Amino acid sequence: MLGLRELSAEEIGYILDTAVGFEQVSTRSVKKAPPLRGKVVVNLFFEDSTRTRNSFALAANRLSADIIEFTKKTSSVSKGETLLDTARNLEAMGIDIVVVRHNAGGASRFLSRNVNACVVNAGDGFCEHPTQGLLDVYTIRKIKGTLEGLKIAIVGDVAHSRVARSDMWAMTKLGAEVTFVGPPTLMPAQAERLPVKVSYCLDEVIEKVDVINMLRIQFERLGGNPFPSIREYSHYFGLTAERMKRAKGNILVMHPGPINRGLEIESEVADGRNSVILEQVTNGLAVRMAVLFLVNQAAAQRVD
Amino acid sequence: MKVILDSRQIERIVEDLAARIVSDVPAGSDIATIGVRSRGEVLAQRLSSRLAEKLGKDVPCGTLDITLYRDDLNSPQGAGQPQVRTTEIGFDIDGKVIILVDDVLHTGRSTRAAMDALIDLGRPMAVKLAVLVDRLGRELPIQADYAGYMCDAAADKLVQVRFVEPDGKDEVVIE
Repeated sequence: MLGLRELSAEEIGYILDTAVGFEQVSTRSVKKAPPLRGKVVVNLFFEDSTRTRNSFALAANRLSADIIEFTKKTSSVSKGETLLDTARNLEAMGIDIVVVRHNAGGASRFLSRNVNACVVNAGDGFCEHPTQGLLDVYTIRKIKGTLEGLKIAIVGDVAHSRVARSDMWAMTKLGAEVTFVGPPTLMPAQAERLPVKVSYCLDEVIEKVDVINMLRIQFERLGGNPFPSIREYSHYFGLTAERMKRAKGNILVMHPGPINRGLEIESEVADGRNSVILEQVTNGLAVRMAVLFLVNQAAAQRVD
Repeated sequence: MKVILDSRQIERIVEDLAARIVSDVPAGSDIATIGVRSRGEVLAQRLSSRLAEKLGKDVPCGTLDITLYRDDLNSPQGAGQPQVRTTEIGFDIDGKVIILVDDVLHTGRSTRAAMDALIDLGRPMAVKLAVLVDRLGRELPIQADYAGYMCDAAADKLVQVRFVEPDGKDEVVIE
């Protein structure tokens, strides 16, 4: 599972349908099922993460897999070991699935070509974050029934966002119309070649959309000065309670987290009745269980 | 293809299964049926309404998806990319007599998986197994408590149960 770009609408639908069956595992008295018993999953994270790493760990646990937690800071990467050597050494211990997050785009694809274990991309550079894309469309589908014909705005730091890219692939394949909104300095180069509309004015878009996904301003990735001040950004592109008054009454407000409260989204909106931000996190668990389960099934078929 | 049971025979078997369950289960016990997806689901619904008529009280009915508990998930010639579906049991199974319902009992592997799945949901007072067709060929030490029709089909044959709800007509065939 490297990205959503190469998946068909049917394949995405199959993963989402599978995830539905995993929801109930988390609600019953024994929150565990046995399909990955005896398998080893490695969380190979070269960047910080709260939601994704813990969500994958819990998903693996609920499927009865064993999980190894790898973080850059406490490993031999700080002694200069490369990504591939790290993965190969872990593989020599007998692992089955590697969940990898890396700041370089294509890292998971590179790894998948060089190790025998299955690779799941948990975010690579600005390229993709496929399980986030899946949980976003899963959340929308669960509430709205379908993505067909929905208008969706993805707002903010699109240029540095792998979430925006995975969302775009999944949402457009499932029939939604996606608009990227943000200042020109935070738009990806050649955005017009992507299957989306582009707008530089949130006020023009807010009234028309069924779903709005507010991206985090990624200060750790920003180079230069893409906008004059935080206050000015917030004034033009922040989701404020004032702006929400002009949105559709049943608009879904999403955010991949972590939130910069008061910057891209006001607390009143993030915690408001249209917000599904915590539902996204809950659904992420079922989606990741489905992905780990299906990846393991595919591997079982491969060994003939 | 050979039809071994038609709709009238199936109806009579379901009636007979219900009668045997009622005479067997101690009076006053809390009884519920749980069907194994997908044909067991239909059979469980029918059994539930028959039991409700006979007992004069509501007999709740649930559906169990056993995909995650199958023992062939990791075998190359096994499950492939199976469809995981939902388990829908809208009642507490603790302390109840659960009638586990499947269409065909053959190797016993599905029943083993179903029992494991059930135990993860709670602690029933007892679990009884009811099946429409009991086919020879057990690979595990599992037997039905209530079996409708005994069948000795050759190992390479497929015993297929069809119900009106998903298939358009009630019948059991050997292919």
